[in-house]
Amino acid sequence: MINNDKKPAPFLNPYFGGILLGILLLMTFYITGRGLGATGAIKSSVIASVQGISPQHADETEYYNLFIREDRNTLNTWLVFEAIGLLAGAFLSGALSRRLTWRVEHSPKITSRTRLIFAFIGGSLFGIGSQLARGCTSGAALSGSAVLATSGFLAMIAIFGSAYLFAYFARKLWI
Amino acid sequence: MGPLIPNGFIEEGWAYAIAVVLGFFFGMILEASGFSTSRKLVGSFYGYDFTVVRVFFTASVTAMVGLLYFNYMGWVDISRLYVMPTYFWPILTGGVIMGLGFVLGGFCPGTSMCAAAIGKIDAIVFVIGSFAGILIFSEAFPLIEDFYYSSNMGRLRIHESMGISSGLFAFLFTMIALIVFVVATFIMRRVKKVEY
Repeated sequence: MINNDKKPAPFLNPYFGGILLGILLLMTFYITGRGLGATGAIKSSVIASVQGISPQHADETEYYNLFIREDRNTLNTWLVFEAIGLLAGAFLSGALSRRLTWRVEHSPKITSRTRLIFAFIGGSLFGIGSQLARGCTSGAALSGSAVLATSGFLAMIAIFGSAYLFAYFARKLWI
Repeated sequence: MGPLIPNGFIEEGWAYAIAVVLGFFFGMILEASGFSTSRKLVGSFYGYDFTVVRVFFTASVTAMVGLLYFNYMGWVDISRLYVMPTYFWPILTGGVIMGLGFVLGGFCPGTSMCAAAIGKIDAIVFVIGSFAGILIFSEAFPLIEDFYYSSNMGRLRIHESMGISSGLFAFLFTMIALIVFVVATFIMRRVKKVEY
């Protein structure tokens, strides 16, 4: 414990972390009948932003209309509240483990600028892909697999399988 | 008796408060497992750090076996849990696009929010990117609408697709996960370490 005050705390053992995450997912299904998700909250904020800028355009666009309800605000969805909790929980864990820092994390072989450009591209691809697949790694793959949904396993295989296939071409970004 | 909210054991009004609490633990567990660092996340794809694979498959097996057990004990009615329909080609294509996004961006949406919460600027940019991606998808929706609704095979469950019992499937999946963990350990020993 000497001179260790400044160092970040170690991460959880991955199997222990996995069991905790599995129990949380189990409890989520037990209580709500649905799994955990992430992209849904971003989708709700996209729709709410479009409604804020041009309510008419939001009403006239078919895809937004699939998720707009007359009886409630677009941001009043389960996944938005879950995401607020997620941000708070991650912040607290980061604070307790001394990992709160403003920084761009990247391989020493690339610049911060390159990292940010590819982070934006990767995020956009995830945004598009998650809408087509009706969920991302959390909502489609992890939650789907827990209830033995064929769709969940399909998403899992497609995401991880293609990531391994594409990894070779993206190696200069990471190693 | 479960799921509690759909079956009326907990009032619907509590749903949002419960969402915040469950989300809070979700964020804590992801962050504490190391999912707030992109270089650790992509380590699985280059063989120098298999944390994502270990956490993901352990969580999947735990929840799957747990739900089967809860169902067996009569605590939860598994047929009342949400199963997304299998839109075969859209899910496969969307998954491949997400896989490419994963190796280029270094995050997935949940982990990017988790990393953004502790100040990773690359994660904040990733979240902005996913916002842009969803906006592009929504505006371009009429062009891909037919594909979006194509090949709907219904609310399939994998063990039914394979013609085996849910228990046998869970057992086989657990065995596959264990083999993956052993192989991952073996690969990690041979791959050059990456410091980050």
